[in-house]
Amino acid sequence: MLPFILKRLGLAALVAFTVSFISFSLLFLSGDPAAALAGETASGEDIEAIRRLYGFDRPMLVQYGEWLFQALRGDFGESYYFKLPVASLIADRLSVTMTLGVCGITFALLTAVPLGVVAAIRPNSIIDRIALFLSVAGQAMPSFWFGLILIVLFGIKLRWLPPSGASTWQHFIMPTIVLGYYAMPAIMRLTRAGMLEVLNSDYIRTARAKGAGEGRVLFKHALRNAIIPVVSLAAVQMGFMLGGSIVVESVFALHGAGYLAWESIARNDLPTVQALILIFSMFYIIFTFLADVLNAWLDPRMRSS
Amino acid sequence: MALQPTIDPLLEEISGPTPRQILRKRVRGHMGLLFGLGVVLLLVVVAILAPVLAPHDPYLQDLGNRMVKPIFMGGTWEHPLGTDHLGRDYLSRLIYGARVSLLIGGVAALISGVIGTAMGVAAGFFGGKVDAVVTFLINVRLAMPVVLVALAVVAIMGGSLQVVIGVLGLLLWDRFAVVMRASTLQVRQREYVSAAQAIGASTPRVILSEIMPNIVNNLIVIVTLEMAHAILLEAALSFLGLGVQPPTPSWGLMVSEGKNMMLFEPWLVLIPGVVLFVLVLAINLMGDGLRDVTAPESRS
Repeated sequence: MLPFILKRLGLAALVAFTVSFISFSLLFLSGDPAAALAGETASGEDIEAIRRLYGFDRPMLVQYGEWLFQALRGDFGESYYFKLPVASLIADRLSVTMTLGVCGITFALLTAVPLGVVAAIRPNSIIDRIALFLSVAGQAMPSFWFGLILIVLFGIKLRWLPPSGASTWQHFIMPTIVLGYYAMPAIMRLTRAGMLEVLNSDYIRTARAKGAGEGRVLFKHALRNAIIPVVSLAAVQMGFMLGGSIVVESVFALHGAGYLAWESIARNDLPTVQALILIFSMFYIIFTFLADVLNAWLDPRMRSS
Repeated sequence: MALQPTIDPLLEEISGPTPRQILRKRVRGHMGLLFGLGVVLLLVVVAILAPVLAPHDPYLQDLGNRMVKPIFMGGTWEHPLGTDHLGRDYLSRLIYGARVSLLIGGVAALISGVIGTAMGVAAGFFGGKVDAVVTFLINVRLAMPVVLVALAVVAIMGGSLQVVIGVLGLLLWDRFAVVMRASTLQVRQREYVSAAQAIGASTPRVILSEIMPNIVNNLIVIVTLEMAHAILLEAALSFLGLGVQPPTPSWGLMVSEGKNMMLFEPWLVLIPGVVLFVLVLAINLMGDGLRDVTAPESRS
């Protein structure tokens, strides 16, 4: 088990390192970050001054090395727009995004797993068809549009929920549904496929043959085995969802890290954007690493691959 | 009466339906595929014939006729789907918007398809170090938040159609690489590949004439799914103001422009969203359907 974990850890670190380099160099795409920062009306002298102030006149690799070294110590520089340390700026807003992510994946699991199980017990039944429809529709629904429809319906027409903001738990209900619905189709399909496979296996027939009750067969024997891949998929989806929260947060004006990312991109706030890309990537890398380890722990056959 | 066609398996094989006939029958019996194909073809025709079909110029502003209601809300046939906040005909913008969505979705899927297929086939065919490098690159790509990176690049490079297409094309190759790698691994084990290699066929020849024809079905399925993915992403980028720029008619941008008036005129948001939903749904159903009819055994 330990060699497997160490190998995966090394790979994760290498991926993180590569991503950090890409997210840093992305901002040199424009050719001259100093000119972009100074704005269109700036004179040549202004641009030159900014170039020296922020150290853009040095070789890119030197700048990257310095940025990475400081990022490893938790220092992402100062935001051009807010004039505050980027690290504290992000730390303040991460709790909103994390809350949203946890609520979203919980909602997705609580709806997708039961639907998937029922769909697998009765294939081609009306519930199976509804579940399939929900998952096909979920993949085709633009999340920003789904959010707006919910706002009009429940926030404005019916006045059941606050349309935007993040001050109470009610504010998180609609964003949770929108973000969770995004992860639901994949989880439901995997649960259904896993249950179908497990229910046809020999040990389920044995369990039934020895007279175990249907509830016991389903939950103790079948679901336990079918849920293993679902758990790791949920971890991966969680990583995707945090990255996808940028759309949901901006629709609901939820001031989390995703909203900050959108603001920073619109304002050309390079250090904040670089840090956010790296942090969202790190979340994905950590979650997939945990999913790999969890998988290997639950299923020893996975350790060799 | 010695020859009973239904009993003799050999004769059954000779006189039975050809693979092409079986495929045609499966396609005819697949409602999802027929619906998806129909809607996609319809929208492609609409996009191509946009100048003929659109009742008005999609860019023409008429500030005296702002936010005219659509026909089903008491409007007139002059503007069947009403007008937007600048008095532009909504139906015409919707029709030209189909061009933007289909062009971006199609070309982005093509670019990412070429990149991902090349990587996946190379990884699956050569294995070893090539495979390790490709798998690593897939992991790196998956770790990067797509929406965030796309937004940042568009913000830096400017929101032209070419930039949006390029960014999406360079970001969405991961699923192509994953699926093509797995399919190539499978096909490579077959005897006809070994046979081709044994008679001295060159590597490019083996890949092009032995491997590719046998994985092209999977490729087509991924092309459709990634096209849908790219269309949704373009809409999201444009909605956030960092995709296709005004006054180009993009469905995501139309939702964004209608957002401020959605309290009083919810149809401004509803109409482009529904069209977007229907197009993506149709492309997905087409992709799922193609998988069902070409490889029914892989249905889950």
